[in-house]
Amino acid sequence: MEVNWPIEIARAVGLAVTVFTFLAVVAAMLGVLLERKIGGWIQSRLGPKHVGRQGLLQTVADTIKLLQKEHITPQAADAVIFNSAPLIVAVAGLLDWIVIPFGVVHIGGTAIPLVVRDLNIGVLFFAAMASLTVVGILAGGFASNNKYSLLGGLRSASQMISYELPLATALIAVAMQAGTLSTVGIVKAQDGWFGSFAFSQFPAFVIFLIAATAEVNRVPFDLPEAESELVAGYFSEYTGMRFALFQLGEYAEMFAMAALATTLFLGGWKGPVLPGLVWFLIKMYAVVFFLMWTRWTFPRLRLDQLLNLSWKVLLPAGLIWILLTGFAITFLAK
Amino acid sequence: MGEQAAFIILSIITLASAVVVVNSNNVVRAALALVPTFLGVTGLYIMLQAEFVAGIQVLIYAGAITVLILFVIMLTEGGTGLRIRQRNEQAPLGLLTAAALAAILISVLTRTEWPKSTATLPQYTASAIGNTFLTNSVLAFEVSSLVLLISLMGAIIIARREK
Repeated sequence: MEVNWPIEIARAVGLAVTVFTFLAVVAAMLGVLLERKIGGWIQSRLGPKHVGRQGLLQTVADTIKLLQKEHITPQAADAVIFNSAPLIVAVAGLLDWIVIPFGVVHIGGTAIPLVVRDLNIGVLFFAAMASLTVVGILAGGFASNNKYSLLGGLRSASQMISYELPLATALIAVAMQAGTLSTVGIVKAQDGWFGSFAFSQFPAFVIFLIAATAEVNRVPFDLPEAESELVAGYFSEYTGMRFALFQLGEYAEMFAMAALATTLFLGGWKGPVLPGLVWFLIKMYAVVFFLMWTRWTFPRLRLDQLLNLSWKVLLPAGLIWILLTGFAITFLAK
Repeated sequence: MGEQAAFIILSIITLASAVVVVNSNNVVRAALALVPTFLGVTGLYIMLQAEFVAGIQVLIYAGAITVLILFVIMLTEGGTGLRIRQRNEQAPLGLLTAAALAAILISVLTRTEWPKSTATLPQYTASAIGNTFLTNSVLAFEVSSLVLLISLMGAIIIARREK
């Protein structure tokens, strides 16, 4: 296979910059603002109001503030690991986006999907990258040399290992019905409103949403951060931009999960009248809204409840659903 | 050209972090250095166009095994702050053995004539691997499943004994 290396490398760098900018603006900055506004709305508060019109510039101000802050490495911390941990989280969050198809453009009759790279192991790649986040969290929690951080990191590790399995069962069921692991292929396999996998794979959709909420450490599964007991857990010791990188990684991951839910279950970019990219964003923000809605309405689970839910409810349900999907594919489809 | 550069870069990443794994006197650092080692190997798989194996490698080794190792180290009493000496006075001897082994391996590998397959790679390796598992290699597949099941049961029994 002939590859033009300079062009490939330039393309990779260009796309990385584009995706990073997109995420920093759309996911992290807009996401935080949305989170606070929706949180305020649900709790009958106003939320940010003073910076810019209706508080629209609040996160821009916050970002500038974080950029200027002094970076502190605690004396007893393991400096190398401490400083590289936020990078692992941020990069893993960004890499998720490589396989997300945003839409299609029609050039001369051929439809070209708007995706960084349509890997034929797309879904597997996503799961693999999502599983790298926990390494960064664990490393950050350990290197801070703070008991709350370490506890947060350990909780996060046990939680993410537990919820990766139900998440994988949901992904497998969808891939089985679509007959492909490629994200573009899965979108193409869904036709019309009722052809989307949210209906035919409804149990997988529910399992995916619950497991995805747990994977991105959000309430009701936010034990690794748990402000009220662990003073923010694994990132307690981080300041300034490194703290912001953790936040960026977390929001990138959450938006990536929403984008994957859109791709796998809601028919991706497909929809009438409006262009594909718009539909994709509408669906993605709908899932993001759902995640925020649960965050502001549910109380936090206990650790044992959390693990029981994963191992005793979600995992068996996922396995049974894979079995049923297999039966359906073998006996009904032919 | 580009392929060779990629291979050299990946090898350096893999080997350098592997040296940290066996040499670092901090267990957590050693365990964390496993991540770049595994990722370097993943890069080599991708260069061999084995995407599926590469994906599994990241998911299982970099994402799960390393985390499990870290988890165990951090739960062990004193494991985190402990400074372990991984080297002893036999380091020169070990180096000599390693160099001899490397010399033998390199000479064998460069002299062997490797059979080159003319078959083309299947478009979609994941389903090809699945088909092989359930047809030609079904025995190996089932036996390894059984081994995993038994070790799972063993782990549960050991964990339950505490009561």
